[in-house]
Amino acid sequence: MSYEFLQVLWFILIAVLWIGFHFLEGFDFGVGMLLPILGKTDIERRTIINTIGSVWDGNEVWLLTAGGATFAAFPHWYATMFSGFYLALFLLLVGLIIRGISFEYRSKDANPAWRNRFDWMIAIGSFMAALLLGAAFANLAKGSPIGADMNLIAPEWLPNNLGVTLTLLNPYGLLGGLTTVAVFLLHGANFLVLKLEGSLHTRAVDLSKKLWIGASVLYILLGIYTYVAKFWANGKINPGVVPLAAVVMILLTGYFINKKMEGWAFISTGLNIVLTQVTFFMMTFPNVMLSTLNPEWSLTVYNASSSQYTLTVMSIVALIFVPIVLVYQGWSYYMFRKRISADKKTLVY
Amino acid sequence: MNPTTLSQWQFAMTSIYHWLFVPLTLGMGWYVAYFQTRYYQTKDETWHKMAKFWGKLFLINFAIGVVTGIVQEFQFGMNWSGYSRYVGDIFGAPLAVEALLAFFMESTFLGIWIFGEGKVPEKVHLAAIWLAAIGSNLSAIWILIANGFMQAPPAASYVLNEVNGRLELINFFALIGNPKAWIFIWHTLADGLAMAAFLILSVSAYHLLRKQNVDFFKRSFSIASVVGLVASVVIFLGGHTMGQYMKEVQPMKLAALEAMWETEQPASFSLLTIGDLTGKQEVWSVRIPAAMSFLACNNFTCELQGVNELQAQYQAQYGPGDYVPLMVVTYWTFRIMMAFGFVMMGVTAFFVWANSKGDITKAKWLKWVPAMLALPYLANASGWILTEMGRQPWIVYGLLKVEDAVSPNLTIVDLWISLVGYVVVYGTLAVAMVYLMKKYAIAGPDAAMHESVDAAPTAVGADD
Ligand code: HDD
Ligand code: HEM
Ligand code: HEM
Repeated sequence: MSYEFLQVLWFILIAVLWIGFHFLEGFDFGVGMLLPILGKTDIERRTIINTIGSVWDGNEVWLLTAGGATFAAFPHWYATMFSGFYLALFLLLVGLIIRGISFEYRSKDANPAWRNRFDWMIAIGSFMAALLLGAAFANLAKGSPIGADMNLIAPEWLPNNLGVTLTLLNPYGLLGGLTTVAVFLLHGANFLVLKLEGSLHTRAVDLSKKLWIGASVLYILLGIYTYVAKFWANGKINPGVVPLAAVVMILLTGYFINKKMEGWAFISTGLNIVLTQVTFFMMTFPNVMLSTLNPEWSLTVYNASSSQYTLTVMSIVALIFVPIVLVYQGWSYYMFRKRISADKKTLVY
Repeated sequence: MNPTTLSQWQFAMTSIYHWLFVPLTLGMGWYVAYFQTRYYQTKDETWHKMAKFWGKLFLINFAIGVVTGIVQEFQFGMNWSGYSRYVGDIFGAPLAVEALLAFFMESTFLGIWIFGEGKVPEKVHLAAIWLAAIGSNLSAIWILIANGFMQAPPAASYVLNEVNGRLELINFFALIGNPKAWIFIWHTLADGLAMAAFLILSVSAYHLLRKQNVDFFKRSFSIASVVGLVASVVIFLGGHTMGQYMKEVQPMKLAALEAMWETEQPASFSLLTIGDLTGKQEVWSVRIPAAMSFLACNNFTCELQGVNELQAQYQAQYGPGDYVPLMVVTYWTFRIMMAFGFVMMGVTAFFVWANSKGDITKAKWLKWVPAMLALPYLANASGWILTEMGRQPWIVYGLLKVEDAVSPNLTIVDLWISLVGYVVVYGTLAVAMVYLMKKYAIAGPDAAMHESVDAAPTAVGADD
């Protein structure tokens, strides 16, 4: 296999990992944010958590694998992105930490204050993670101030990473972040509709109708911004109809929700997330991180990658193990496919 | 403090913290899987309770390992971008394989184990805990292979690309066959078993003293003392091998952990050495003649190079600079680890013997056992501090120095923000975790059996 082929292959593989992560953790984050809003009583909250209880950690590993694969296949990308977005990533990690620990600890004490605090930490952690991920991806699409030595350069008025982090919250970054939050909320609500029963189910349906409006509006705004600002022309591939298909998906979600086609509603938000990610990766290719200072300084799949040997080894490993992982992870979803009812007798803690 | 030092402190703090919880996960998984297997075979309710009760403690601990592990995955890029660029080609591979091979397996099957009892077939439920235990130990193996490269890069595995100034992988099998890594692996996996053994011993002793659930805790105690003894012996053998291999690949670390300034033949083992204020000169010491030669070469006569000679040799080889690690740290951490290792071997041997002699529940020494939990924790942290501090100033031994590895774009402000943030978050986690561990350990096995809300007694919560 030629070097160039491997570099492109790994770009695609990492894209796939990010897509899987957004699809899966998308509903985890949504469920997390909805937890204190939808769950009125303790038992309801536990029921909501149990819809993702057995899978959230496995879903999070998609992120870890994306991180590890980026390190192995594109060390410069890994180094520039994570040191460049240092404080933003730090906050993202804090969000993931407080969320993860709360899933495990919230029911381990009967004190209502203890439980309530952990429930809010799940919601806040999920919100932080969704917002920062969205903002980070929007900024990656827009480009970052990368210097000749491949490191991010802070703006002069705030000469440290705090500066870079604040510039991530430019209007486009902020819109990206909020849209991600809104879409994940909708995706989470649609997931809950599929997994819950009884009155919780009814309320989840009502909520998803409202959330759909917000998500669609924000999503279309983000699309318009991206189009007008010509961010789609930064790379070599024109995403063409892919973003339009994504818009259609989010609009169709509303239709499916109203027609009570619950499975389809979940699939269509899922497809919206997938197509958004596909658009993103098409827009950037062959860059992995675009420099706003000088296009020559951009990181591309060609100048940021590891050697041909490493890519070959990693390809063989991925070829063997990715299918295995997909099979058993899919199987674990299948085993827990039943709806979960808010019944004290059957809930697992 | 400069950014490099702050990054070092942060990495040290977060790694030590992560690694306080990981060994228990590594070891305890095997015990729980074993207990559950026995239950599956015998349908004896005590085995069932053992799987549940020790499983609860396992999970409370596990949660912290997971959330702090996420930080580890990204820290190399965040704080050590110079390092990541330089060795990403080599170091990234085991890290990615770890996630793909181990983390997926561990998290998926643990989820099935936690939520699957009574919902999935019993065989599947049993297989799930075994697969989760295997998964976590696989993850340890891969991360130690990565770390092994930093400690002693195998010459056959890499070349330096002169054009871009990066290391490149040329032989994957030389990387994963690194002897240093494999010595790490068995010392460390045994450490996990010993850690879990001591947790079981100390909690069991607590309950036996109070005559609660005697059958349950006697059974736990006797299993843990046997496994603990075997594990401690393996730890010692592994440690001995480490010393020998260290002589080959990191002679400076070996000299530093002995605080041996001058070359000696045969080399003595220092029981107590006092250095001067710079920490670089010996003032006074008590030594066992020739013992160090034995530790390092299996005979009583071999020559060991001293710090001063090695420093001169490294300066000639790598240019001017200070190649001596901080000796107070290497010297004392080594002694703590060794001493505790011997104590652990001794007490577990005694427990096994006492168990075979008769009823231990009346023994007076039981009241000391809960405190012994500190031994493996301190030994474990010391061992790692020794390993990591002993390779200073190198981040990749002989190839890249720490000062060239740090992210150049980070300032003191950034690092203080994240460092303080981690201290606050990790500190809070520790408080919650210790609180829960204590509560569940004290509540005992019956409480651990109740999982549905209403049935659970108020003592362990979940009664609304
Ligand atoms: C319960 C924990 C524990 C115990 C009782 C011991 N060790 Fe250990 N030791 C570790 C836990 C540990 C560790 C934390 O797991 C380390 C750090 C790196 C590694 O692979 O293991 C380690 C590292 C380590 C090293 C440094 C390896 C290197 O940097 O290359 C040496 C030389 C020894 N050990 C030797 C010993 C000896 C001679 C012991 C005597 C009984 C001993 N250890 C007991
Ligand atoms: C989990 C057990 C570990 C502990 C307790 C530990 C402890 C430490 C300590 C104390 C330092 C600071 C040394 C100093 O700068 O003076 C350090 C640095 C570091 N360690 Fe570890 N370490 C562990 C495992 C690992 C592993 C498995 C890796 C790599 C895979 C690793 C990579 C590093 C790096 C990159 C640094 C920063 C550079 C340096 O200061 O040398 N550590 N660690
Ligand atoms: C400094 C380098 C390290 C990195 C990058 C790292 C990475 C990670 C990550 C990302 C997780 C979370 C996995 C999940 O969500 O399921 C994790 C957990 C874990 N890590 Fe580490 N780790 C490091 C040090 C170590 C060391 C030295 C070991 C073992 C020798 C180890 C063994 C484990 C294990 C067994 C877990 C499972 C969860 C638990 O700890 O309870 N890690 N690690």
